[in-house]
Amino acid sequence: MAAKKTQRQAVLSELNRVTGESTASLLRELLAHLRENRTQLREEWARRITEAQLLTAMTKEEIFAEATSIYDNYVDVLETGSVEALQAYARNLSERIIPRGVETHEVLGIVLLLRDVLARSLFKKYQTDLGLLNRVLDAYEPAANRIANTVAVGFVQERERIIREQQEAIRELSTPVLPVRERLLILPIIGVIDPQRARQLTEQLLRGIRTNRAKVVVMDITGVPTIDSTVANHLVQTVESARLLGATVIVTGLSPEIAQTLVTVGVELGKMNTVGDLRGGIEEAERLLGYKVQPIGEAAQPA
Amino acid sequence: MVVPILKQGQYLIASIQAALTDADLLKMRDALVDQVGRFRSRGVIVDVTALDVMDSFAARTLSDIANMIRLRGAETVIVGIQPEVAFSMVQLGLKLESVATALDLEEGLAFLDQKTRRINRVSSPSTR
Repeated sequence: MAAKKTQRQAVLSELNRVTGESTASLLRELLAHLRENRTQLREEWARRITEAQLLTAMTKEEIFAEATSIYDNYVDVLETGSVEALQAYARNLSERIIPRGVETHEVLGIVLLLRDVLARSLFKKYQTDLGLLNRVLDAYEPAANRIANTVAVGFVQERERIIREQQEAIRELSTPVLPVRERLLILPIIGVIDPQRARQLTEQLLRGIRTNRAKVVVMDITGVPTIDSTVANHLVQTVESARLLGATVIVTGLSPEIAQTLVTVGVELGKMNTVGDLRGGIEEAERLLGYKVQPIGEAAQPA
Repeated sequence: MVVPILKQGQYLIASIQAALTDADLLKMRDALVDQVGRFRSRGVIVDVTALDVMDSFAARTLSDIANMIRLRGAETVIVGIQPEVAFSMVQLGLKLESVATALDLEEGLAFLDQKTRRINRVSSPSTR
């Protein structure tokens, strides 16, 4: 029984070796074919890219130059089977072309076109021997698919990286904490507040109170279109935390919609100090801080 | 760990240096309530800058202290709550609603000065 098993294993491994060898030799043949017809296939590919109206943001010469380097990379990957170089190239390519407005479907489109162009040339070359063609395609297709996959994924990842960076930048820009007078901070909020932004806002506000030694903070939400109950509760908590640090928060610019939502969802607003608009909020803050602002003319007149 | 209580003019300052056990907190409470009468203090400052956690017992003890001190005729102010501590306290519902708070010791002293000045003015007719 055991002897039979080892015998079978030996046969299997021999079979594997033979087919593996033949795949490798087929791949070698394939590569030779691709290198031989480099100029012609490349031109064919560039022509089809233009025909399909892909990469419209680039000039013909640029397309051809990119096509050449992608082609060479492509052949290299087919030869070595290592996608790392291609990944690096795809990242580099994405960095260059994303700012020029190249879309995902275009990048995917050109890689698939190259796959088609090469496959067509293989059909042509082996049209007389269907069995051989089948085996060549067996060797070619998985590698080609992996390449298309790698390039597309690289492109999408680069895009996502850019989007993440921009989100981060927008977040940082979106919640400035402005010291307008000694011990008075203004916190203008513009745009929708999602839970993450609300957390960041709290953090910045509390840290701002510490660093500026603020006594009064005016939080202006004129630019906030809507608010949900989670965020509203978070705001109330922020106001209460600020009080624990010894600062008073005045909320200004609640729109009619927000006022209605807050009352409808029953957010506990008793502790919230609200004033109609930013101007009124600053006046109230000045009163709390003991400032008195008056026109120069009035101040100059003797009492 | 015993909390040192310093007498500074009309005020008592309890400066917490490290995390306290519940027993330490109660000891601090008893000492403050006792000394505020003994020294005829006008105000008490509890400095919690060194605390990076505030549990419900600590928060309740602080508000107990404030209420007891009020009954003994003085004002209490809690100073130096860290921003992270403040937010987690609010999330836990420990809002210290009846207690005055200030940013740091300096602010706390200014707050008490203002409070007691008001009392002085009201109580002594000569300044009116």
